[in-house]
Amino acid sequence: MESLKQTKSETGQTESFLDILKANIGQYFMFIALVVIMIFFTITTDGVFISSRNISNLINQMGYIAVLAVGMTLIIVIRHIDLSVGYLAGFLGAFSAIAMTFWGWPVYAVIPAVMIMGILAGMLTATPVAKLGVPAFVSTMAAGLIFRGALLLVTMGTGTIIINDQVFVAIGNDYIPDINLEGFLPGRHKLTLIIGLIGIIFSIFSAIRSRRTKKSYNFQVPSFGLFVAQLVLISALIGYVAWILSGYNGISWSLVILLLVVGVFQFITTKTPLGRHIYAVGGNPEAAELSGISVSKITYIVFGAMGFLSSLSGIMYASRLHSATTTAGLGFETDAIAAAFVGGVSAAGGVGTITGSIIGALVMMSLQSGMNLMGIDISVQYIVRGAVLVLAVVFDRITRRNQ
Amino acid sequence: METPILEMKSITKEFPGVKALDNVTFSVRRGEIHCLVGENGAGKSTLMKVLSGVHPYGTYSGEIFIEGELQKFNGIRDSERAGIAIIYQELALIPELSVYENIFLGNEVTNGVVIDSNESISQAVDILKKVGLDVNPLTKIKNLGVGKQQLIEIAKALKKKVKILILDEPTAALNETDSDNLLRLIRGLKEQGVTCILISHKLREVLEIADTITVLRDGKTVTTLDVQKDKVNEPILIKHMVGRSIENVFPKREKVKVGKELLRLENWSAYSYALGRDILKNVNISVHAGEIVGIAGLMGSGRTELAKSIFGNPDHYRLSGKVFINGVEQKFRGPHDAIKSSMAYVTEDRKGNGLILIEDVKQNITLANLKEITVGGVINENEEILVANKYCSELNIKTPTVQQKVRNLSGGNQQKVSLGKWLFVKPGIMILDEPTRGIDVGAKYEIYTIMNSLVEQGMSIIMISSELPEILGMSDRIYVMSAGKIKGEMPVEEASQESIMALAVDY
Repeated sequence: MESLKQTKSETGQTESFLDILKANIGQYFMFIALVVIMIFFTITTDGVFISSRNISNLINQMGYIAVLAVGMTLIIVIRHIDLSVGYLAGFLGAFSAIAMTFWGWPVYAVIPAVMIMGILAGMLTATPVAKLGVPAFVSTMAAGLIFRGALLLVTMGTGTIIINDQVFVAIGNDYIPDINLEGFLPGRHKLTLIIGLIGIIFSIFSAIRSRRTKKSYNFQVPSFGLFVAQLVLISALIGYVAWILSGYNGISWSLVILLLVVGVFQFITTKTPLGRHIYAVGGNPEAAELSGISVSKITYIVFGAMGFLSSLSGIMYASRLHSATTTAGLGFETDAIAAAFVGGVSAAGGVGTITGSIIGALVMMSLQSGMNLMGIDISVQYIVRGAVLVLAVVFDRITRRNQ
Repeated sequence: METPILEMKSITKEFPGVKALDNVTFSVRRGEIHCLVGENGAGKSTLMKVLSGVHPYGTYSGEIFIEGELQKFNGIRDSERAGIAIIYQELALIPELSVYENIFLGNEVTNGVVIDSNESISQAVDILKKVGLDVNPLTKIKNLGVGKQQLIEIAKALKKKVKILILDEPTAALNETDSDNLLRLIRGLKEQGVTCILISHKLREVLEIADTITVLRDGKTVTTLDVQKDKVNEPILIKHMVGRSIENVFPKREKVKVGKELLRLENWSAYSYALGRDILKNVNISVHAGEIVGIAGLMGSGRTELAKSIFGNPDHYRLSGKVFINGVEQKFRGPHDAIKSSMAYVTEDRKGNGLILIEDVKQNITLANLKEITVGGVINENEEILVANKYCSELNIKTPTVQQKVRNLSGGNQQKVSLGKWLFVKPGIMILDEPTRGIDVGAKYEIYTIMNSLVEQGMSIIMISSELPEILGMSDRIYVMSAGKIKGEMPVEEASQESIMALAVDY
């Protein structure tokens, strides 16, 4: 007994850098791959790729896919798939346009209304899955067809609907305002830099606090050197991104929304019982059910969240285009699913993180943006993106098998 | 003396950590009906898997002779070619295909390219006649009852010119009429010269039909009896089947006076939509604080179904009857309600529905009671580690850290993680389903010790087990189940392996 305790405190909660790397190789690999891809395109485009303007554009373009990828991650974690999200987003975007343009609804009523509709649509789609065990593939494909029809129906009379509401249009196109500091850092978006600084300070403080709590529990923590190195790396990353963004128009409202979504979902999945329950249902539904977790309730919640995020995606897309079109949402679900898989989600269930999927979305969007800048034909672009997707998944399987 | 049609000599088969067959010798005369009996885990199914090539030549030691010739099967195809057909309890028919398509599956009658349906159907009619089955060969399998499906399996085997037909508990899922039909058919086949090996727990039917009976116990051949010559009867068979060596030592427990009644079932019945039959019939049991109640019975007798039906009924059986917890009638809508009423259920199949193998030790231990470590909606992960460490040291779970994935632990340690998980919900009633299956003797002893200390603290434990020594060594009181019914109840002092087995095989 005594000797067992000894070994426990020796190996205890220490995780060497190598262990951390080994355990998370899949996720770090994608991050490294992202950096490599970005450097590659920066070189091939003579630095245009990494320019403030391009990165800013890239993020705005990615926004409406990335929010879907967040929801899709959870859907795949609980062993399902959602093929309806693209047209749901398209339909809800069109609904917002009609409500504002033809019915004269104020934008502050439209947005919550559309969000509620998204949640209800997601839960409705989930009903055959949760209650009768209908495969999500079928249920969501059917829902996708219905939403597509609904989109065509509401845009039938008018075709493309132009949106004139300034607030609504700002969501997908505008940037947070700047503060005026006469002569200080001209040409830079000061508020973006300040927010970056606040982000750095916040992450340092929370890291220090978490380290202190761990110590108060007498748990071993990573060595001080490693800890500092981690903090420096994270701070440099935040600082660099803020610096690049400040060189154009600063942080866009799209990025604000995306960061909020990622923050909330990351928090829920990693810190709350609900998050645990989602991963438990994905890891072993029968065991989860016998542990008192209602698998059908979790299914409703996850699909409801997916519906909510579809509504956000639809709003962001319609806003970005200043209009609702008959083809809005086409192929969104494919992009979201690809981002999730590139980001390390496993179709076998129970595995996959929000941050991973965001990295996956960044990888896919960087490929698209970089190849566009290089003037590569769209046909080749599709082939490359497909190849990257399959490579990422193959790599994921191999590393998982080796574990 | 003529050469036996089948002779298996000194067969030994080992699985990691277990010797499933230990020097088994098994010999079958041409044209006889030879029954193989023994407790669950005695090695009957493993022996038949060796014979049919599921465990290929080289993975076991010993020799198989068919009609005097040494055989080296590399798979089922080889054994089929040698004239062996095996029909498992779980039928291998495709429900959506028709009767004749199933009979010819894998050996389709073609005119070179295309399946010749007319020829197949007319051949199928002949084959069906042989098994005395009058069904349209175009009927889909799913529209037939289990009894008829069983006969179609046999028809399928006969089509392949079978010499030795092996039936693994063919009557377990059949009603009396269907069973009688099947037995009559087996006798008929015997007259046509087919040798039959029959695995069955229903001793009455074994005695009725067998020419010879071989008894296995703990992976060894105990005896081979000639039913006529040796004047075999049920008590003799049971005696041979049990008499199992008690290799496990059971930790002593201070017998405390039992407390008040914690759980009572009244006329508890369950019907499974999936199986289309009643799986529990009028079960009445009562469990008190501070006692271990053993539930004995063979596999398929309804023990696990009983546990699940009480524990919130996750498989959605149609239930009737009443369950009382602490004297109050309860209607659970799901396992979460059962957990709220201070019940816990450590499942039989820890990998299948007990643990989340891809998650780590601490996440598994806290899963059923996250609210205990949640403050303001956020899981306190540091507290979680403390909780997990506590159970690791109390239950002596051997893992480098609580961040270790559960799938990397040994069976015994996984089982202890399962126990830890359910102890963390601080239950009053704990159901342990085969708590020591597949784990080594040392870990078994540890689990027994934990069980004793739990009941001493006033918990009540319902222990489901196939191992009679375990039932006798650990229980205060024993219920014996068979075919979904409670066949008997006895205090441990009055129970013996023979008396339990006699009830368990009473259908």
